[in-house]
Amino acid sequence: MNKDTSSINSLENEAIYIMREVAAQFEKPVLLFSGGKDSITLVRLAVKAFYPAKVPFPLMHIDTGHNFPETIEFRDRLVKELGLELIVRNVQDSIDEGKVKEESGRYASRNMLQTTTLLDAIEEFKFDACIGGARRDEEKARAKERIFSVRDDFGQWDEKNQRPELFDMLNGDIEHGQNVRVFPISNWTELDVWSYIEKENIEIPSIYFAHKRKVFLRDGMIWSAEDGIVYRDDNEEVLEKMVRFRTVGDMSCTAAVLSDAVSISKVVEEIRDSTISERGARIDDKRSEAAMEKRKQQGYF
Amino acid sequence: MEVLKIATAGSVDDGKSTLIGRILYDTKSLTSDKLKAIEDKSEQLGYDYLDFSLATDGLMAEREQGITIDVAHIYFSTKKKSYIIADTPGHVEYTRNMVTGASTSQASIVLIDARKGVIEQTNRHFFINNLLRIKDVVVAINKMDLVDYSEETYNKIKADFSELMSKRDYQDQKITFIPVSALKGDNVVNKSDKMPWYTGDALLQHLEDLDKNDVFNVGTPRFPVQYVIRPKTEDFHDFRGYAGKVYGGELSVGDDIMVLPSKTRSKIKDIYFYDEKYQTASRRSSVTITLENDINVSRGDMIVKDGDLPTIDKQFTANVCWMDSENLTVGGKYIVQHGVNKVLAKVDRINHKINPDYSGIDKEATSLGVNDIASVSFKLNKPIFFDQFKNHRTNGSFILIDPQSNNTVGAGFIQ
Repeated sequence: MNKDTSSINSLENEAIYIMREVAAQFEKPVLLFSGGKDSITLVRLAVKAFYPAKVPFPLMHIDTGHNFPETIEFRDRLVKELGLELIVRNVQDSIDEGKVKEESGRYASRNMLQTTTLLDAIEEFKFDACIGGARRDEEKARAKERIFSVRDDFGQWDEKNQRPELFDMLNGDIEHGQNVRVFPISNWTELDVWSYIEKENIEIPSIYFAHKRKVFLRDGMIWSAEDGIVYRDDNEEVLEKMVRFRTVGDMSCTAAVLSDAVSISKVVEEIRDSTISERGARIDDKRSEAAMEKRKQQGYF
Repeated sequence: MEVLKIATAGSVDDGKSTLIGRILYDTKSLTSDKLKAIEDKSEQLGYDYLDFSLATDGLMAEREQGITIDVAHIYFSTKKKSYIIADTPGHVEYTRNMVTGASTSQASIVLIDARKGVIEQTNRHFFINNLLRIKDVVVAINKMDLVDYSEETYNKIKADFSELMSKRDYQDQKITFIPVSALKGDNVVNKSDKMPWYTGDALLQHLEDLDKNDVFNVGTPRFPVQYVIRPKTEDFHDFRGYAGKVYGGELSVGDDIMVLPSKTRSKIKDIYFYDEKYQTASRRSSVTITLENDINVSRGDMIVKDGDLPTIDKQFTANVCWMDSENLTVGGKYIVQHGVNKVLAKVDRINHKINPDYSGIDKEATSLGVNDIASVSFKLNKPIFFDQFKNHRTNGSFILIDPQSNNTVGAGFIQ
């Protein structure tokens, strides 16, 4: 089998191996599901890893309340079709309970606030392993991340004191109260994810494809003017453009790109020729050069 | 071709990060926003050139100190291959990171500063590459622009390095010398016209031409059972699948096998990859195997071909690279993680410490400090099924875990 040892196949074999290590080494794993292409890919890999048995862990979505409605619809349909268990925890609840304070102003985003909701949920369910779709090629702090990344009681990442990871042996030993963030697609690039989605014919939310949308321009980026989530000044003019999203994070920090790519093969083509990185359209990374590293130290995944 | 993983080694200021940045730049792998960030930062730091190391030094402390602390992984691809570069730090105190980076790599680049030539650090870098039995090593003699692209300098370094090569343990390792300037881009991605005396390939071309026979050792199949799949659904009521990754060779339907440690014999009935059945499971594929007989198999057991057994023993001797600030001592208790199998181990003897600069061994050593390499004998509380590292890179290696801190504190290569 798998005589075709192309890079995508070896990445798939590695990810399936990691999924199985999680199920074997931990008591209460969970797969962090955002509705984005990376977490959808993780779900597919989990299904393949344990076939014909069911995926032995639930999915959890930390809902910022600012998600694209298409993503939420997609999420609910996916778990139903695959017969998976879904846990949802809301950032709005953390705000209402006074645990976090909503940001204000034109760059207001709930992306940072997610961390508190996530850490609370990990404690609530006593999860000892959280599988995430982060990739090392996304961002330079993530390039330093381990596949099994240990977090302390406060969910924090000690980036200067990480466990060495040798061969493909994964050490999941932790103390009570600690948890491990697991990144099965660490070694995938954005193009690998899309090639896999194409090869496996995986369904993804419609916002990844080019569509007409009311948008406005700011700082050279294209923002959604629909749903009233992104703060817009009165003098920022609303236009209608053919756009798609390369990442589907919180609407308030995810910009669109101009695109005609209406199918997966067109998207793959577009990414192959792209001269701007995926996170180039994420304003949360532009706050400072070390924005991601600082967020990760606090427990962001 | 599978993904090619490459480790890099070089001392501080040898220009490792610059080399990687140069590869990314010349293969047009840097996107415009990443390039812009490098341009801005270079300007801010007052440089009159682009500091490509800014593309890889990801942690705040690294950028502040201008050094690489931790292994970073960098990705790029050509039409022919996907590459992963493990950018590993060159400081003496970070030997553990170099071993880590090299442990998952199939090829390696050792950098030498043409102005400094072979230094003590170079011995160390080469020693680790040889200890880990990396099949293909490139010695990149960098900063050729600062020695007027001198053939004489290149030849001198090559001769000095060849002396090291005669001392190495793994003699079949293939070594290629390439004169480069990472800063100017000579012989990195593009062949330089400044060194007509060099007739070999540019660095990237050399890597492009490697095929899997150049980098992988093919041996005998080993299948450590990772997870037992028992769906207990109506459709798969009696299904008992053994999930795992095939190492070292292939397994096929109908193969006579033996399950370790019970030494029970059976035959492979089916090989599943997701919902499809296959005749053969290739090396490094993550499959699910079912057996003809209903026998008891659990995680940590190993399926091997009948008549092709590994060593089954409760003791072994290995070269250990110690990675923890707390010393390894004789009598110390650790967990040996060998593949997916974890057993308790006790340090029986430290046979000798090996100076990783080829300056000899120390037979009097009673403990190991961080970055020490030594031949160590262990006793285990139950047997493991291993091969010698020189015959089987996967089944001949293990990690050591401190049961108190849970940290990975060492790596071992079974002798």
